[in-house]
Amino acid sequence: MRSLLPISVLSLAALAVGSLGTAPARAQTIQISGAGATFAAPLLQRWFDAYNRTVNPNVQVSYQSVGSGAGLEQYINGTVDFGASEGPMNEKNNRSRFENFVAKFGYKPLQLPLAGGAIEFAYNLPGIGDEELILKRETYCGIVTGEIDKWNDIRIKAQNPTLVDRLPDLPITWVHRSDGSGTTFVFTNHINAACPNWPSGVGTSVEWPVGIGAQGNEGVAATIKQEPGAIGYVNQSFAKLEKMDTARLENKAGKIVSFSTEAASAALDAPVPEDFALLVPDPEGPDHYPIVGLFWVMVYREYRNEALLNALVDVFKWTQGPEGQAITRELDYIPMPDSVIKRIFAELDAITVNPNAVR
Amino acid sequence: MTSAARDFESSQDINIEKKMDSSRILDVGFVRLTLVLSIFAGILLILVILQTTEAALPAIQQFGLEFLVTSRWNPVENIFGVLPQIYGTLMTSLVALVFAVPLGIGTAIFLTEDFAPKWITVPIGFAIELIVAIPSVVLGLWGIFVLIPAVRPIFRAINESMKWFPLFGGPAPRGPSLLIVSLVLSIMICPIIASITRSTFESLPRNLRDGALALGATRWETILTVMIPAGLSGIVSSIMLAMGRALGETMVAAMISGNANRINISLMQPGSTITGLIASQFGEAGRLQVSALMYAGVVLMILTLVVNVLAEIVIRRFQNLEQ
Repeated sequence: MRSLLPISVLSLAALAVGSLGTAPARAQTIQISGAGATFAAPLLQRWFDAYNRTVNPNVQVSYQSVGSGAGLEQYINGTVDFGASEGPMNEKNNRSRFENFVAKFGYKPLQLPLAGGAIEFAYNLPGIGDEELILKRETYCGIVTGEIDKWNDIRIKAQNPTLVDRLPDLPITWVHRSDGSGTTFVFTNHINAACPNWPSGVGTSVEWPVGIGAQGNEGVAATIKQEPGAIGYVNQSFAKLEKMDTARLENKAGKIVSFSTEAASAALDAPVPEDFALLVPDPEGPDHYPIVGLFWVMVYREYRNEALLNALVDVFKWTQGPEGQAITRELDYIPMPDSVIKRIFAELDAITVNPNAVR
Repeated sequence: MTSAARDFESSQDINIEKKMDSSRILDVGFVRLTLVLSIFAGILLILVILQTTEAALPAIQQFGLEFLVTSRWNPVENIFGVLPQIYGTLMTSLVALVFAVPLGIGTAIFLTEDFAPKWITVPIGFAIELIVAIPSVVLGLWGIFVLIPAVRPIFRAINESMKWFPLFGGPAPRGPSLLIVSLVLSIMICPIIASITRSTFESLPRNLRDGALALGATRWETILTVMIPAGLSGIVSSIMLAMGRALGETMVAAMISGNANRINISLMQPGSTITGLIASQFGEAGRLQVSALMYAGVVLMILTLVVNVLAEIVIRRFQNLEQ
């Protein structure tokens, strides 16, 4: 007993020293909270996790993928440190929210595109593998409007000479998202521009002329896998993850392209407007992948807490650096070009500290 | 020892009056407490209704009663109507009852009327009550991955042979449909009917049954002409409780109804329900859309209220019949 005593005293002392040492560090832990887009959620969560583990363990970013609509509402109400959305917020898109924000904060929302993504058509056709099916514009327009309802339709056969004998006598089951989703926004943004007979406009949820609605990317994938003859749209990262068969598409220039990060990033390489609200509904180049979109993080132009602001700026700058972009590529999202990154950094640096700010 | 006991007794005698007093205070206090709690529950309900209605106000002002008969849901042009969802909600619940009522009552009869020895009925009773414990999201997944592929050939055959009948018509059935939702709902609500009906039968006086048997009625005559009429109010209230559960079920509807916001008379085609619509669209909804979803919620509450009032009337009528 007596010999144990000094040891325990020592270890107690060590404990005390240790806790003294970590106490200031723990006090500095900065919690950043964000909410919004589901389309970008896999990428954002990977980024924030990697940043916390490899760069600064004292910065914890929690991101809730509640949907961009809810994310924008929380951003306007000032209950989060940043929001994220697949649709921009300006005079044209989300107008009532934009006006609401300007009225409340006295400045325009600051939206920064951090990466882009693409949408693919995934299908379940017995005997027809990945990238074998070619969908021309009139075909996929016909499928989403319900005009073409059989896989052995003469129009599909004419465009797929190699598949003429293999296209089955099955009805086409169109599978779409039933929940509101940025994936649907990016998809309908393209369909609305590319299909003259599309009746339902652009939105995170629209009035579908035909088809079955499924909950989330997972639901769409499950429904497609269950139903021979089903076809639907999913985001590129998910199609890869689920190993789904995807179609090659005709772009505006009339060329047939399959999805690749290069084809998608070429499509997004357009002049970015001052408020970063770049939408490319129908890219024009011959090697451009046709269905692409960006996602934006919505940040305030004034923050109350300087430490939080510095952490936030550092995190977002890191996502655009080499480590961040490596993760972007790994998940098949599309990194922003350098010219845009420079502008993002300039905007981030211009954010100020104001003790009277809302957040 | 003895003196201490005596002391205790005498002190008890003295305290009797005091005790009565304090137990009375406890009594009154308890009554008041339950009163406050029940009023609190009522206020909570009223608050929920008021706040939902307030949030729904912009949509109520814009669409009025036309909301109930419009069969379009177009968030882009801000045209909203819930006729397909009202149809889907009512039809899925009714069809679920068509499956669940005979099954539930039959199970209850089997479990209470000495058809099988205890070692068979007790585990069955347990198993049925455990069905209630299955989370609805699990039942939804089970619907997608097991039930849909299993029943698809049957649905196709029915559809093929009975195309003339509107409820089974339309193109060849694919996966999700209103009928699938009804099937899963019937599995969810069957235990409610079975267990309440069972306790109703168990609480009926024994001599009712014995009397009928003594008069020479067969077992089936006893069950059909004595037991079921005698337990009718319990059975009806179990059915109404089950119906309420079916009307409000959300996850299953959102997962396997097909969420088609179009009107489809056929049960074999994709449809949608009010709860499914609210659950799937709330997160990304625009401003007026949120308000329209709240309006849909108010409609559902009124629908449930109407069903409950009807149930109350039906139960009263049957109770009169019993007397």
